[in-house]
Amino acid sequence: MRATQLDYKPLLLVPLLALLALPLVGSDFTWVTLTVAGLAMGMIIFIIASGLTLIFGLMDVLNFGHGVFIALGAFVASSVLGLMGDWTGSGEIWRNLVAVFPAMLVAMAVAGAIGLAFERFIVRPVYGQHLKQILITMGGMIIGEELIKVIWGPAQLPMPLPEGLRGSIFLGEAAISKYRLLAVAVGIIVFALLAWTLARTKIGLLIRAGVQDREMVESLGYRIGRLFVGVFVVGSALAGLGGVMWGLFQQNLVPQMGAQVNVLIFIVIIIGGLGSTTGALIGALLVGLMSNYVGFLLPAGTQFASIFLMVAVLLWRPQGVYPVANR
Amino acid sequence: MNSPLLTLEGVHTHIGAYHILHGVNLSIPRGQLTMLLGRNGAGKTTTLRTIMGLWHASRGSIQFNGRNITALPTPDIASLGVAYVPENMGIFADLTVKENMLLAARSARRADQIDTARLEWIFKLFPAVEKFWNHPAGKLSGGQKQMLAVSRAIVEPRELLIVDEPSKGLAPVIINNMIDAFQQLKASGVTILLVEQNIHFAKRLGDQVAVMDNGVVVHQGPMQALAGDEELQHSLLGLAL
Repeated sequence: MRATQLDYKPLLLVPLLALLALPLVGSDFTWVTLTVAGLAMGMIIFIIASGLTLIFGLMDVLNFGHGVFIALGAFVASSVLGLMGDWTGSGEIWRNLVAVFPAMLVAMAVAGAIGLAFERFIVRPVYGQHLKQILITMGGMIIGEELIKVIWGPAQLPMPLPEGLRGSIFLGEAAISKYRLLAVAVGIIVFALLAWTLARTKIGLLIRAGVQDREMVESLGYRIGRLFVGVFVVGSALAGLGGVMWGLFQQNLVPQMGAQVNVLIFIVIIIGGLGSTTGALIGALLVGLMSNYVGFLLPAGTQFASIFLMVAVLLWRPQGVYPVANR
Repeated sequence: MNSPLLTLEGVHTHIGAYHILHGVNLSIPRGQLTMLLGRNGAGKTTTLRTIMGLWHASRGSIQFNGRNITALPTPDIASLGVAYVPENMGIFADLTVKENMLLAARSARRADQIDTARLEWIFKLFPAVEKFWNHPAGKLSGGQKQMLAVSRAIVEPRELLIVDEPSKGLAPVIINNMIDAFQQLKASGVTILLVEQNIHFAKRLGDQVAVMDNGVVVHQGPMQALAGDEELQHSLLGLAL
């Protein structure tokens, strides 16, 4: 028997997909541009999906209302950025980042706080009842979207990138958007923090154990209900952060933006294996890359690319790339 | 103190529409090993789960160390010093043996904070736990998983150790190892409640025995009395096993 080792095969899927796309795309520089764009999109989707996979995995809650925290985070951040016009209008990147950072923090705080109320009043009464969870969390999302319309209005809102984050840097003829580089960096930081928390702390150990066998965690003397609430709040806050990144990526906001991303993030967590953070990262990067390559090669097929990807992965590993044991 | 460590009085348990326990009366003396015997479906596992608060008693009372724990949530019962090893062993397959042990050591935040002397004692009882310390628990054999499950239950001092069918599915040589381990645990003063269907395992270990049938305890007394009375064995175990 060998000591713990990572199953490396799923990790190869991302470079494999990128290499497969290279001859199809043709131009090396276009391929670099598409690949960086795909990785950036994947990282943003990962930030959103990481919270949902933990909520799904640990709490066995089908939270179809996750999208409302994405929209909420984006709208809150747009208001914060609107108050910091001097900073976002500056061409200096450090001043832009000083504006974006508090916008992210406020968006996460608001999404986390609303997540706390959402768990208490909407999710808690339907623990263990999947059909009711789907219905009530979708209902919660609709109410959330209507409240966003009440506060920010029903019209589409612009969310322009801060001045210094606009445009691209060039590697030869390959154009790499500055903002996408920022998105990759934020995604890496979020993944590193989550991976460290899950692998190196007792809380992380409890979450990983809870994903596998909640009852046994309670039998060891831990109140898993508190852990549930904590994970739900963190998951909602991460969705809020993802909303900020997604809003700046799209550069405009609509109250239904969360619902539009919902299908994508469910595809990601199913590809990854419910409850697996590393799996969610791989799923998100695959979906991001696939969307960009297919969008370039066969624009009409973009809608189906992610679903095709999910089916292909599930044919290989029916419980996702990193299935969580005991579930 | 001579009062029993755990007492169940008239405990009824319902699971959904099913009425499983029909007034269980059971007394677990301190520092002794009590065997709970009975055929499949007699209510043994339900009794253990009701003690742990995993299913709540609909009637009756459960006293642990003089305290009423009938309505307490599971984590509170565990925190009072009750360790539980379920029938499926409850191993976290994706975690390493070390991580499984660290979870059970509630006072430790890192593996190096687990009581070293106690860990050495456990390694002597179950060498496989030390041998596979950094291995995924899901890769262990059935016997090794059972050893890990019991090790996890005793990684910190507990007053009561509850184990559901520790010999189930194990090879005879592993069963002998488990018997040795439980004898050493018993000698250390821990009170143990074991559910068993293997009468030979039960006879070699038990100080006390309780036999269940149809959701009630139909006999309780010293194991020696049962082991030495073939007629009683026939009437009880013929009925219940």
